[in-house]
Amino acid sequence: MVFRQRGRPDVRAVDGVGFSVAPGETVGLVGESGCGKSVTSLAVMGLLPRRGVRVEGSVAFDGTELLTLPPDKLRTLRGRELAVVFQDPMTSLNPVVPIGRQVTEVLVRHRGLNEGEARREAGDLLRRVGIPDPSRRLREYPHQLSGGMRQRALIATALACRPRLLIADEPTTALDVTIQAQILELLKTLVAESGTALILITHDLGVVAGMCDTVHVMYAGRIVERAPRHDLFGAPRHPYTGGLLASVPRLDQPRGTRLAPIAGSPRDTIAWARGCAFAPRCPNRVDECTCATPELLGGRHGLRCFNPLRSGPVQEVAPR
Amino acid sequence: MTSDGRADPGGPPPPDGAAASAGPAPSNGAAVPGEPLLSVRGLKVHFPIRKGTLLQRVVGHVRAVDGVDLEVRRGMTYGLVGESGCGKSTLGKAVLRLVEPTAGTVVFDGVDLGGQGPEPMRRLRRNMQMVFQDPLASLDPRQSVESALTEPLRAHGFPGDRQGRVRELLDIVGLPAGAAGRYPHEFSGGQRQRVGIARAIALNPDLIIADEPVSALDVSIQAQIVNLLEDLQEQLGLTYVVVAHDLAVVRHVSDVIGVMYLGALVEEAPSDELYAEPLHPYTIALMSAIPIPDPEVEERRRRILLTGDLPSPVDVPSGCRFHTRCPFRQPTRCAEESPDLREMRPGRKVACHWAEEIATGTIRAAASAQDPTATEVGTPAVK
Repeated sequence: MVFRQRGRPDVRAVDGVGFSVAPGETVGLVGESGCGKSVTSLAVMGLLPRRGVRVEGSVAFDGTELLTLPPDKLRTLRGRELAVVFQDPMTSLNPVVPIGRQVTEVLVRHRGLNEGEARREAGDLLRRVGIPDPSRRLREYPHQLSGGMRQRALIATALACRPRLLIADEPTTALDVTIQAQILELLKTLVAESGTALILITHDLGVVAGMCDTVHVMYAGRIVERAPRHDLFGAPRHPYTGGLLASVPRLDQPRGTRLAPIAGSPRDTIAWARGCAFAPRCPNRVDECTCATPELLGGRHGLRCFNPLRSGPVQEVAPR
Repeated sequence: MTSDGRADPGGPPPPDGAAASAGPAPSNGAAVPGEPLLSVRGLKVHFPIRKGTLLQRVVGHVRAVDGVDLEVRRGMTYGLVGESGCGKSTLGKAVLRLVEPTAGTVVFDGVDLGGQGPEPMRRLRRNMQMVFQDPLASLDPRQSVESALTEPLRAHGFPGDRQGRVRELLDIVGLPAGAAGRYPHEFSGGQRQRVGIARAIALNPDLIIADEPVSALDVSIQAQIVNLLEDLQEQLGLTYVVVAHDLAVVRHVSDVIGVMYLGALVEEAPSDELYAEPLHPYTIALMSAIPIPDPEVEERRRRILLTGDLPSPVDVPSGCRFHTRCPFRQPTRCAEESPDLREMRPGRKVACHWAEEIATGTIRAAASAQDPTATEVGTPAVK
């Protein structure tokens, strides 16, 4: 995926990212700001502007190629089979339309219900996502709801057509932890009950640890490590993954150990074409890292690194 | 479990009593218990809500901070945690009198800040500084780093070589000397926060109030700033009040943690003990809601889900302010009687009528709140 802007060199935001999600599975995309995780989700949904962006590759949904699908067919699919929940519900909900209309709109458009049926169904949906007094809330506008309530309303619209794929892009980042716990439980139940495939995009390793079956760690537009969550957290192999885990304080560990930050900042990268983008910050850097491009190798536990961690720094710190 | 701990009156308690009780609190080894640098008694910040264009009738108050007592000892770090809207930032600002408290006293280094006029207050402020959440918002985009750092030096008549001091400050916070001539937008988030910290320590203050110092930063950068704050504390003997919503970070840096809910402290404890044994139902729920980056731990954990949203601080619930969402709510006392922040055992303060019973397991959380499969608490309509 290449972003173009006149007079500037092209920006390669995402490069060679590949993953698959099965029904009932939760896949996590983790990385810091600017690593390309959100852009990936927009590309999957076909929500990127058509001008100024070049998207290459393939997004296959149940055998249908989404990238080449005509816009009207894609619109039918989106909303019914594919749904997305963004970080900030205030920008995703229309501020001048009551919540109820925004939910029923989807039901009328995609499930062909009439207004009355759609209203009953919408009330039901709001109740399912844990909004008390749904009949009153349906008449209210987004600004009358609290942040957690808005996010739940947004999830309700996303769930309205029982999508088979849900992309949640930082769904709880703007929320408080107690509300976050409610929303995550809701998503978990949804995946377990309806067999929805979930792509969860987040920067929070804790959220990933509790939610995702498979985790993809992204850095500078590429996946640097991919593993089932137990493998990833138990024995991270990429120095970036290890570094991330070592740099967050953990509630359940004794205090007094100094945090081990990753040196530099996400700005300090080199182009993937010339080597490993993480090399300037990497404690395990060897000569090869700055002259050759590492490939994503390995099956279940994929890794893009010339000199991976053997016993991760996290394991040394972690008791039990 | 001493019964005299309950005898905490609602009004301002004798300061020496509180100091003595906090004394034997198990501290974290290296921390030497100093004398109290900051002591806050009965602090309230109420913002009036006005209606009407002409008469501006006051129709209610936002009770942002509603009677907080706390004490911060020299060289220690006091962590204030709570969710958005709980009043923790307002409390931090009220301590520095950046917002005017409605009631209560703030004593800083033996001086009551309440009675100070503007000029003495200005002079006092050199000893108490603030680090803000978003350095891009708190730094002037058109002011170079050198100018931003010399400004406090000029304002407070710093004697001697100001440019030398700027170089020294940049070195302390780990920025290259060349940073002096640059502007905020030229730095990354972590570097900008270093500039913000450099400005806060420019005048060698005693106390720094850090309001969400790392929450705007990327995960890999947060640790750098946390370590810098710890180093500075050691080098310069600083006292911190760290205000943040991320309990894991607060616990890492703090010696004592105060948990706020809807404008009041509901629990205060040495940070080692808070995770091991939270006493207040809100702390218990908060702790259980924080995800831990370890799938093994996550699978074993039991979540206590809270019902509903934070009540409005305009309309604080009667009795215990947490009773509307409390999974341990009892039919008696909770809705009628407001619990004081009482000392349940040395170093452990909690504002809950039933803390002993909850600690011993006599009172359990409502079943719905514990059920890991329950999507939503208190909404039986979940299919």
